[in-house]
Amino acid sequence: MASWQWFHRLGSPKWFYEKTTRWTQVIGWLALAMLSVGIVWGLGFAPEELKQGNSYRIIYIHVPAAAVAMAGYYVMALSGAIGLIWRMKLSYMVMKCAAPIGAALTFAALFTGAVWGKPTWGDYWVWDARITSMLILFFLYLGVMALQEAYQNQEAADKTCAILSLVGMVNIPIIYKSVDWWFTLHQPATLKLTEKSSIAPEMAYPLILMIFAVYMFFAWLLLTKVRVEILHREVKTQWVKDIVMGAK
Amino acid sequence: MIVAFRHKGELANPLIFFLMVVVFIPLGISPEKAVLTVLAPGMIWVIALLATLLSLDGLFRSDFDDGSLEQMLLSPQPLPWLVLTKIVAHWLMTGIPLMLLTPLLGTMLYLPAEGYLPLMISLLIGTGSMSLIGSIGAALTVGLRKGGLILSLVVMPLYVPVLIFGASAVNEAVQGFAYTGQIAILGAMFVSALVLAPFAVAGALRISVNT
Repeated sequence: MASWQWFHRLGSPKWFYEKTTRWTQVIGWLALAMLSVGIVWGLGFAPEELKQGNSYRIIYIHVPAAAVAMAGYYVMALSGAIGLIWRMKLSYMVMKCAAPIGAALTFAALFTGAVWGKPTWGDYWVWDARITSMLILFFLYLGVMALQEAYQNQEAADKTCAILSLVGMVNIPIIYKSVDWWFTLHQPATLKLTEKSSIAPEMAYPLILMIFAVYMFFAWLLLTKVRVEILHREVKTQWVKDIVMGAK
Repeated sequence: MIVAFRHKGELANPLIFFLMVVVFIPLGISPEKAVLTVLAPGMIWVIALLATLLSLDGLFRSDFDDGSLEQMLLSPQPLPWLVLTKIVAHWLMTGIPLMLLTPLLGTMLYLPAEGYLPLMISLLIGTGSMSLIGSIGAALTVGLRKGGLILSLVVMPLYVPVLIFGASAVNEAVQGFAYTGQIAILGAMFVSALVLAPFAVAGALRISVNT
């Protein structure tokens, strides 16, 4: 039983808030350090690509943003599921906070993709499978956010969003596959875990670093947003009052 | 379903919408046969999707307003089954009439002759999936006063696979290829939606009604 104690403690917003005060700082600095190293390395020192020249360097923002945007949806949907199953207030907060961050990252991936597409494919927008499924992912995020906003009652908003994001999670593979089948121009994934990557190692290392950096950044943003959300929702409790009074 | 027959206007509204949008296409794009033939399969599918979407808002709305939804939740029958009957009724009231109307629209948009059968089959199965998936959205938004637009936002991304395979079945048939593969995938989507959607709807309705 003792090993499950941490899990039950997670249900307490107060415990979470107190614990993450330290973590947030550590993760924040780590994200900043990794991001700056990764960007300087990728944009400044990685070798130039043979055909695309320097324009390929946008990969160092495009790929990490896309990867984390997709992972963000799973963070959102799984925390929604945890909320529905164990009725944890905290996981609903995580779900609510993950949606806008995920949407922003999806937008970043789409935008950098458009900027990259102009010199490489000749158009800002191409109706290609992966781009289209990213766009649909963006709409899924927006749907969750719209539903969250629409309810006055916080509890109803949390639960309906959790169901919606779960339904979306079931659908993501189907959408992805069907769009993939529909039309493909985008290159297949560059980094592979199991096979040999189709990218030179000198280019790959900064990319991998950037992916981890964006994950860190996501974690930091999420923690910060959840902490604010906790304070916002628990504003009537004594411990929040103590913190706010103490901060002044 | 009987209730739907009593309000003949509501029954006809999606169909009239369907018809009017079809009239808009030649007006807005081009009345030429060459252009319309190419557009017809996809256009009919997109409009059918929108017409289904419009009718979804009423699926649980009146039951929610007069309290019979709460009676459904309290009744000893398992809720997913009750929900499924509602969805089947919705499908019979919107999907089937839409499907029956398509030959007329196909003629108006010069759909090639070999496209009719796959169009009707794909719409028959596809509207079923759309009713099922859409009912999840309807259940999630029934508690909202102005749920209609949110409902569309929430449901539309989930309709993408149905649209892709439905429209491509017709396109393939028009170009003279076999279309059974797409129909089979549409059928698979329909069956999985049939199994999963009622439970999601039941869960969503419990939340919407209780809060």
